[in-house]
Amino acid sequence: MGDKRGRKPPNQELAKMNLNYLDFEQPIAVLEAKIEELRLVGSDNDLNITEEISKLQDKSRKLTASIYSDLSPWQVVQVARHPQRPYSSDYIKRIFTDWDELHGDRHFGDDHAIIGGVARLDGKPVMVIGEEKGRSVPEKVMRNFGMPKPEGYRKALRLMEMAERFKMPVLTLIDTPGAYPGIDSEERGISEAIAQNLAVMSRLRTPIICTVIGEGSSGGALAIGVGDQLNMLQYSTYFVISPEGCANIIWKTVEKAPDAAKAMGVTSTVLEELGIVDETIPEPLGGAHRNIDEMCMTLQGKLVDQVDRLCALSTDELLDTRYKRLMSYGN
Amino acid sequence: MSWLDKIVTNVVRKDTKRVESKVPEGLWKKCLKCAAVLYRPELERNLDVCPKCDHHMRIGARRRLDIFLDPQERHEIGADVLPVDRLKFKDVKKYKDRLTQAQKDTGEKDALVAMKGLLKGMPVVAVAFEFAFHGGSMGYVVGERFTRAAQVALEEKIPLVCFSATGGARMQEALISLMQMAKTSAVIERLKMAGVPYISIMTDPVYGGVSASLALLGDINAAEPGARAGFAGPNIIEQTIRQKLPKGFQRAEFLLEHGAIDMIIARENMRDKVAGLLAKFTNSKVA
Repeated sequence: MGDKRGRKPPNQELAKMNLNYLDFEQPIAVLEAKIEELRLVGSDNDLNITEEISKLQDKSRKLTASIYSDLSPWQVVQVARHPQRPYSSDYIKRIFTDWDELHGDRHFGDDHAIIGGVARLDGKPVMVIGEEKGRSVPEKVMRNFGMPKPEGYRKALRLMEMAERFKMPVLTLIDTPGAYPGIDSEERGISEAIAQNLAVMSRLRTPIICTVIGEGSSGGALAIGVGDQLNMLQYSTYFVISPEGCANIIWKTVEKAPDAAKAMGVTSTVLEELGIVDETIPEPLGGAHRNIDEMCMTLQGKLVDQVDRLCALSTDELLDTRYKRLMSYGN
Repeated sequence: MSWLDKIVTNVVRKDTKRVESKVPEGLWKKCLKCAAVLYRPELERNLDVCPKCDHHMRIGARRRLDIFLDPQERHEIGADVLPVDRLKFKDVKKYKDRLTQAQKDTGEKDALVAMKGLLKGMPVVAVAFEFAFHGGSMGYVVGERFTRAAQVALEEKIPLVCFSATGGARMQEALISLMQMAKTSAVIERLKMAGVPYISIMTDPVYGGVSASLALLGDINAAEPGARAGFAGPNIIEQTIRQKLPKGFQRAEFLLEHGAIDMIIARENMRDKVAGLLAKFTNSKVA
């Protein structure tokens, strides 16, 4: 028995594993455990041990590099969903200054699965909107596991239109298992909320830069993903239906999710080839969560450059290019 | 084969033949809702709506446009846009083979037919989804044909009407499908800015990526009686919330009650109703 994504509940095998590492990373975990052990033993200043540690660290780095140089699409999906992967709030804290979170859609409520607000990027005022999964269990529940409801998308829309009025670039951070599939979501018009965002983003008179930081799942991701520049972090993933959902429909079992991930081409490598993604932003060795500060530095640098480049264009030129690009999808 | 088998098969064969000759295939159709057995020619005269229970049966894209548009001056748009398997998608079957099969089964090249024509003398562009083709799913061809149709409407400043019937985005075209949502929404927004009316009619069923883009962006959103439309399918919702859904959930009547659509339009009134609306939007009179 697994949940709807087919994740297995903890069993004894799993209990022995280091949960900071994914199953295909376990050889790294073993090395890291050894290093940790030696460190504890080596408190009596033995030179040989220091040397041994540095040797092992080198080995661990090489092993990580070799494992990460050849990840399967399904492994990328796992990294993108890693429980320690930085979320929108982690990036917002480190990349922006002077952050003021803004709440509510003015119609129904405030959706915690989407956070948004005004801040400064390298001194320049910007609007930041990001999907947020939540770290601890109570926070995950509060944030509905990053699955926005209509009020979340309507809050995002309100903030985007505000950004247009005050001529601020909009920066979105995409990370969601999908828009929430529930009764209340349907009653309040989740389809219309998503559709409306797509329509308005296509003509918003200010630059929009979208970055997939983790999991970009279907319409729930696209609803804050239409713009002038689409970035993907190296080990993030973007799909029209989750690999589990796809496997369930085609093979009638979630066990085939790895095959579905491969068939759909859910990584930035494939999506860049298809002309959908503009830029892949490299992650630190072993994924963003291994070095959040380094990841934020890289992303910040890219965002600053992209904002500068897009702000240099006239609004008409910006919108014309955006529209042409939208019209070209699939050609 | 033994002598007994030979005899048995012959008997069976003979028997089937006799049955076939007595009842020509497809002369009768059973209503899926009330189980009434209906005489097909009569059913067709009734626009495939069950005369007993008013169930609006699914109809193909060409028939949809045929009963909606005036008979004269019809021009198909985007027929030259054909599916391409960009991802070389393969599961238990190749996507390419699935496409060929669907084309053979439906006689269509993909899941959307677009036409420029007349509605009671008024020039319109009308598009219809072919649900029998791959569940009416939206991939590149559906998105591109819709977009081209909308561009004709935009250039000639004539209204656009869309009849949707779809399971959503087409998995086998992955992100290319998803991006058709952005593309079609963008072109609809252009219609809006130019003051060109767009009427979206949802027919059973409309789900996923199509409902979350072109189907709910009409100046008028409407649905046929009993049509189901929503973002997530009932099964997914039940699995997520682990409870049974209320009766009538996501049906046209539910959508009307929750403010998602302007009205429910019965198939027999479709031409009159849409023409009447468009005439008001364009300040003209229905011929």
